Amino acid sequence: MSLEDLYRQVILDHYRSPRNQGHIEGCDAHGEGHNPLCGDEIFLDLAIGDDTVIDVAISGQGCSISQASASMMSEAIKGKTLVEVDDLIHRFKVMMNVEQGDDGLDPARPGAVLGDLEALQGVRKFPVRIKCASLPWTTLEEALATREG
Amino acid sequence: MKTDLSHLRTDFPILSRTIHDKPLVFLDSAASSQKPTQVLDAMDDLYRSRYGNVYRGAYTLSEESTAAYESARSTVARFIGTSPTQVAFVHGTTSGLNTIAYGWGLNHLKSGDTILLTLMEHHANIVPWQMVARYTGARLAYTPFTADYRLDLDAFADLLDDTVKVVAITGMSNVLGTMPPVGEIAAIARDRGALVVVDAAQLVPHFPVEVNEIGADFLAFSGHKMLGPTGVGVLWGRMDRFEEMEPYEGGGEMISDVQLESSTWAPIPHRFEAGTPPFVEAVGLAAAIDYLDAIGMETVAAHDHELTTLALARLAGIPGLTIYGPKDTTDRGGVVSFTMDGIHPHDIATILDGEGIAIRAGHHCARPLARTIGAPATARVSFYVYNVPTDVDALVAGLHKARELFDVA
Repeated sequence: MSLEDLYRQVILDHYRSPRNQGHIEGCDAHGEGHNPLCGDEIFLDLAIGDDTVIDVAISGQGCSISQASASMMSEAIKGKTLVEVDDLIHRFKVMMNVEQGDDGLDPARPGAVLGDLEALQGVRKFPVRIKCASLPWTTLEEALATREG
Repeated sequence: MKTDLSHLRTDFPILSRTIHDKPLVFLDSAASSQKPTQVLDAMDDLYRSRYGNVYRGAYTLSEESTAAYESARSTVARFIGTSPTQVAFVHGTTSGLNTIAYGWGLNHLKSGDTILLTLMEHHANIVPWQMVARYTGARLAYTPFTADYRLDLDAFADLLDDTVKVVAITGMSNVLGTMPPVGEIAAIARDRGALVVVDAAQLVPHFPVEVNEIGADFLAFSGHKMLGPTGVGVLWGRMDRFEEMEPYEGGGEMISDVQLESSTWAPIPHRFEAGTPPFVEAVGLAAAIDYLDAIGMETVAAHDHELTTLALARLAGIPGLTIYGPKDTTDRGGVVSFTMDGIHPHDIATILDGEGIAIRAGHHCARPLARTIGAPATARVSFYVYNVPTDVDALVAGLHKARELFDVA
């Protein structure tokens, strides 16, 4: 276990300067995620058009891992179609070991297709922190599910 | 340190292990304490040589287990200055407080009544009252605390009107370390006819407690925070209040007779001990009490106090570190909660774990308090008999490392 694996520079950069912060007036989908164990909170607004994520806004508070994960997620999903977003959620969960992987992923580097997000791969070695990294993604899933429901 | 208890450390097997190749520095006793060999041996001995279900068997093992269980009750009673009949073994502070809330509250509260809590309560002394309030129509009120993290006694006096039927208060905040004047509060509240309940989860493990001096109606604490095992706790009550209370749980051992439609209850305290009780754990708790008694609770408190004073002084020297709790160490227990600019408490805890240092991070099961102090999460260190000044040195070095790793200027 090395702390440098967990706290990569890119993670600390997203933590200090989170991207896409704020709210979207009249958003098309909204999700709220809480981790009752630690009090981390993520609020997520999405603007969706033509089955594509046009804009993302995030607020809330929490540790470097949850906040960096949210910030990176916001960059990764902006401009993506909903099908691509679903795929990204799946791939992220595989990277975190919370979902079974598919054949297209390299088991040694399941995050390779995730760009910056691959930096969160080190979280896997810190089981208590996997929930932190996953919180924005479960919030995103909930936002999309509520919209469709 | 005037109070040197470092010779006790060899009694705690876990303190010899390493975490990530570093010697363990355990600073989370407010969540749960470590156990000395004496406690482990007492339980092991019972399991190995004298184990049989209590009160049920007309055979030697059952008699011996029963005698050990009742002896544990006497040990607890002596420790808090009461009679064994006023000591009910429950499963922890939480189960003790639920027993009071349901057993007394459900049968005495009604719409228009007020349950007066404080803003520094642990969820265990909030949520059961919320549940009972929902059933009975009673309302909840909260005594705030002052800017220096002391209970606001003026506000308490204002809130204590004739509708207040229950005053439930912590003996020591598990986040702030604040020790409200429970004796004074109990006297005022009882004078107004309110039931006074003390959450003593942090108080009894760290300070000499004479329940009759506090003068409350009920008081609950846990075994596992005072060197004892998990799964056992104590509910102390005034006899007249116990008599007013209905059992919260029904089952074996708590009855006098069972008919098809109804039952009668066993004498107090057994009527509050449904099912096979945690009697091995109670014996472990008694061994923990013997251990604490041998040190002396005055010494335990003095030792906590010296480490807390040291920690407050050393932490104050770290730039960007904010402490939540009284700076003045009178009527203050050995927990220190803090935040650091630019580093979230969870990250502090992870980084310290890498150094072998165990601390707590989060809201510490006190979200209303966390909202009040404007810190949704804090890092918390807490001390007990096995901690030494070098633990504080390790903590401070770890926090400097966290600042470097996060590049906090």
